[in-house]
Amino acid sequence: MSTAEAPDEDRRDFLYIATGAVGAVGAAALAIPLIDQMNPSASVLALASIEVDLSPIEVGQSITVKWRGNPVIIRHRTAKEIEEAKAVNIADLPDPIARNANVADGSEATDVNRVVDGKEQYLVQMGVCTHLGCVPIGNEGEYDGWFCPCHGSHYDTAGRIRKGPAPENLPVPEYKYLSDAKIQIG
Amino acid sequence: MSGHSTYNPTNPVMKWVDDRLPLPRLMYDSFVSYPVPRNLNYWYTFGGILMIMMVSQIITGIVLVMHYTPHVDMAFDSVEHIRRNVNFGNVLQKWHAVGASFFFIAVYIHIARGMYYGSYKAPREILWMLGVAIFLIMMATGFMGYVLPWGQMSFWGAKVITNLFSAVPFFGEAIVTWLWGGFSVDNATLQRFFSLHYLLPFVLVGVVILHVWALHVTGQGNPTGVEVKSGQDTLAFTPFATVKDAFALSVFFIVFTAFVFFAPDYLGHSINYEEANPLVTPEHIVPEWYYLPFYAILRAVPDKLLGVVAMFGSILVWFILPWLDTSKVRSATYRPIFKQLFWLLMIDFFILGVVGANPPEGWWITVGQIATVYYFAHFLILLPLVGLLETPKPLPSSISDAVLAKNADKQPAAQPAE
Amino acid sequence: MKTTKTLLAAIALGTSLVLGGTAAVAAGKQKNAEDISFSFEGVFGNFDRAQLQRGFLVYKEVCAACHSLDQMSYRNLAQPGGPELSVDQVKAIAAESTVMDGPDSEGEMVERPGLPADKFASPFPNREAAMAANGGAYPVDLSLITKKREGFHFPWYVSPFIKLVKGNGGPEYVRSVLMGYEEPPAEAAKDAPEGKSYNPYFSAGPWISMAPPLSEDAVEYADGTKASVEQMSTDVAAFLTWAGEPKMEQRKSMGFQVVLYLVILSLLLFLTKKRVWGREPH
Repeated sequence: MSTAEAPDEDRRDFLYIATGAVGAVGAAALAIPLIDQMNPSASVLALASIEVDLSPIEVGQSITVKWRGNPVIIRHRTAKEIEEAKAVNIADLPDPIARNANVADGSEATDVNRVVDGKEQYLVQMGVCTHLGCVPIGNEGEYDGWFCPCHGSHYDTAGRIRKGPAPENLPVPEYKYLSDAKIQIG
Repeated sequence: MSGHSTYNPTNPVMKWVDDRLPLPRLMYDSFVSYPVPRNLNYWYTFGGILMIMMVSQIITGIVLVMHYTPHVDMAFDSVEHIRRNVNFGNVLQKWHAVGASFFFIAVYIHIARGMYYGSYKAPREILWMLGVAIFLIMMATGFMGYVLPWGQMSFWGAKVITNLFSAVPFFGEAIVTWLWGGFSVDNATLQRFFSLHYLLPFVLVGVVILHVWALHVTGQGNPTGVEVKSGQDTLAFTPFATVKDAFALSVFFIVFTAFVFFAPDYLGHSINYEEANPLVTPEHIVPEWYYLPFYAILRAVPDKLLGVVAMFGSILVWFILPWLDTSKVRSATYRPIFKQLFWLLMIDFFILGVVGANPPEGWWITVGQIATVYYFAHFLILLPLVGLLETPKPLPSSISDAVLAKNADKQPAAQPAE
Repeated sequence: MKTTKTLLAAIALGTSLVLGGTAAVAAGKQKNAEDISFSFEGVFGNFDRAQLQRGFLVYKEVCAACHSLDQMSYRNLAQPGGPELSVDQVKAIAAESTVMDGPDSEGEMVERPGLPADKFASPFPNREAAMAANGGAYPVDLSLITKKREGFHFPWYVSPFIKLVKGNGGPEYVRSVLMGYEEPPAEAAKDAPEGKSYNPYFSAGPWISMAPPLSEDAVEYADGTKASVEQMSTDVAAFLTWAGEPKMEQRKSMGFQVVLYLVILSLLLFLTKKRVWGREPH
C-alpha cells in the first residue's frame, strides 16, 4: 500500500465535509474581532458630537473647531458674501449638489441649501478639501471663498467648488441649533 | 526537503508557478507528502500547536500595538483603554496575555517529549540546539512583554531581572545603566523593551524556520527511537498528521480559551493591576509562572554572580545534552533506569517551580538548593553515567514491527489490520 | 495516564478537605475576606443591575468624596452589561460634575458641566493634594480595586486550586474591609497609631487610615432596599467589580460560544481522525 495515498472513496464523505465546513466557519469568525478592533473605539465614538458657541464670531470672521479629528470651518459671512453666493447660476457649478448632511440627498447646491434657513450668515462646513484632504485657506482664491494650496482648488463664499481638481463642494456636517447662537455638530 | 519530490501539479497555474518559483513544491513536500512515522503519539502534536500559538501571539500582538502607547505615563492606561473601549479589546488583550502562558505550556511539553524520547540524539543535535535557542528567545520576549502593561509586577520584575546583569564582574553597573538607558527602569527602558518585544518574535520565526528545516532534513523521530527504514514505517503528513494535529490543537484550544474567557487573570498577578510605582516595592516579587523554576535556581545560590551563572547554566546545559547522554538507545521506552530519572527530573523541575513561587525563607531555601543540585546532577552526572551502566530493553527491528506487536497485544485474537 | 488521574483525584480530595474545614488558615496577618456568593461569579454569572445601581449610589455619595475612579467615564453607566442607566440619567449625573476644559480662544481655561464622554471627576487634582487632604494617606483609585487586591490567602499547596474556583477574592475583600471595622484587641490597642482604625481585613493592616466610611442609612436607596452597612458594602463591592471590567458579561457570553464551538469542532475532528487512521495500523 502506498503511504502517500489518501482514502479516495471517502472523500465525499459527509463527515469530512462537515468538519471542513465547521472549521472554515470558525476561521471566518476569527477574522471578525481582528477586523472590528480597527473600527472607532467606544471612547472615540463618545466624542462624536461637540457644541460650539457662535456668538463670539464677528461678521467677516471664521473660526476652526476640531470635530472627529478634522477641522470644521464656521464663518460669519458678510452680506456681500451671501449676495455673491446667491447670485451664482447652479448650472455653472462643477458640482451642482448641496453636499449638506442636513438636507435631502441630491438637493441643489443653492446657497440656502448650504446653510440653515434663517441663519444664512453662518456657514458651517468641513475644512477638508474634497480633492485629497488638505485644509483650504480662507479669504483666498478667485471666488473670495477658500483656496486649497495643495493642488489649487478654488471654493466660493458658500464653500462650493468653482475651479481646480476637487470634484465636490466642501461637505457640510450634520449639525443643529441648540439655541439662537449655539450649535451641536454631530 | 531531502530526497526526490513527488510533486506533480495538475493545475496549469500551479505548474506555471512551480516551474518559475518552486514554492508550491516546497509546500507540497513539507506539508502533504512529507512522510511521518506511523507510530507518533499525541505528545508529537505539540510542534504544530506551538506553530499556531506563535502565529496567534504575533497576530494579537500586532493588533494590540495598534492601541497601546509605550510611555510610562500612558502605558497602563492604554492597556485599560484596550480592555474597556477597543472593540473586542478585552478578549484580544487577554488572548495575548494568556496566550503567552499557553505558548509556554506547549513548549515545556514539547521539550519534555524531546527529552523523554531522546529526540536530541544524532543526527538531530542541531535541530535540538535550535530548539533551545527558540526557548531562550521566547523567554526574552515573554519577559519584555510582561513589562509593557506597566503594572507593579511589570516594573519590579524588570528591575530585578535587569539587575541580574550587575553581577557581571567589573562592568556590571555599566551594563545595567546601559540596559536601562538611565539610572532606574524608566521611560527609556519601557520604550526599548517595546521595540525589542516587537522585534524578537520575528527573529523567533526565523529560527523556527531553521528548526523545521532541520527537522525535515533528518526526518521525525518517533516513540521507539528506531529510525525510519522503509515506506512501511511512514504515512503521508496529509491527511494523517494534519488531522491528528488539528484534533490535538482543537482540544488544546478548548483549555486555552476556557482560561481566556473564564479565568483571564488566573495565570497573572493581581498586583499588576496596580500601576507601576518606582517608590514602592510589592511584598513578593514573583515572575510569571513559566520562569519560576529558573528563578528558584537563581535564588538557591547564595552568591550573586554564581546565582546568575547557575540560572543561565540551567538552560545552557541543554545545548550540550546530545553529548551528555551517552546511551546508544534513544527512547526512554527501552531505557528502564533513564525513564525513572526522567520522571524524577520532571518532579524536580516542578518542585523548583513551587519553590520559585514562594518567599525564600526557612526550609524553602533548603528545598530549593537540594532541587537545584539534583537538577544539575541529572544532566552532568546521572545522564552520562546511566548511559554507560544501563542495560536497555531489546529494540524492535522497525517501526512497523513495533506497531504490529503493540496492536497484537491489544487484541490477542489478532485481527489483521482492517 | 492512570497515575495522572489518581494524582488529580488525590489533589481534588485534599483541596476539598481543606476547604471543608472552617479554619481557613491565613498566610499572613491579613484576615481572609468573608466568602459570599455574588451574582457575577462562575462561568454564567452576570451582574445584578439593581445591585450595580445601588452600588453606584454608594460610590457616588460616599466613596467619591475621597476616591477617584479614573478609568471610568460617565457613558459607561449606560452601556450594556453595567448598571444600564438611561442616557438621560447619565447626562444628568455627568452634568453634576465640573470639568476643566479649554483653553478657549482667549487662552483661558474654562469650567463646564460634565458630559457623558468625560471621565469620572476626581475628588482631588493630583496625588499630592489627595494625600495632603487625608493626613498623608493616599485614597487609592478604585477602578481596579477588586482586581488588584486579594481577599483570600491560603497555604501554597491549596491556593492555586482554590483561586481557580473562587478567583482572588477581590470583591469579597472590598466588602469585608468596608464592614470589617472592629474594636482593636487590648494588646493591639496599646500602641494604636493616631487617627487610624483597626481593620483586620485590610491588606496593609490591621491599622487603616480610612475611618469607617459607612453607617446605617448613609444613603437612601431608590428601590427601597434597607441601607444596612452590609447591604451597602456588598452593593458597592459589586459595583466596583463591574468598574474593574465593564465588559465582563460580554466576555463570558462570547466565551461560552467559543468553547461550545471548539467542543463541536473537536468532536468532528476526532471522528475524522478515526476515519482517516482507521485503515492504517499505528
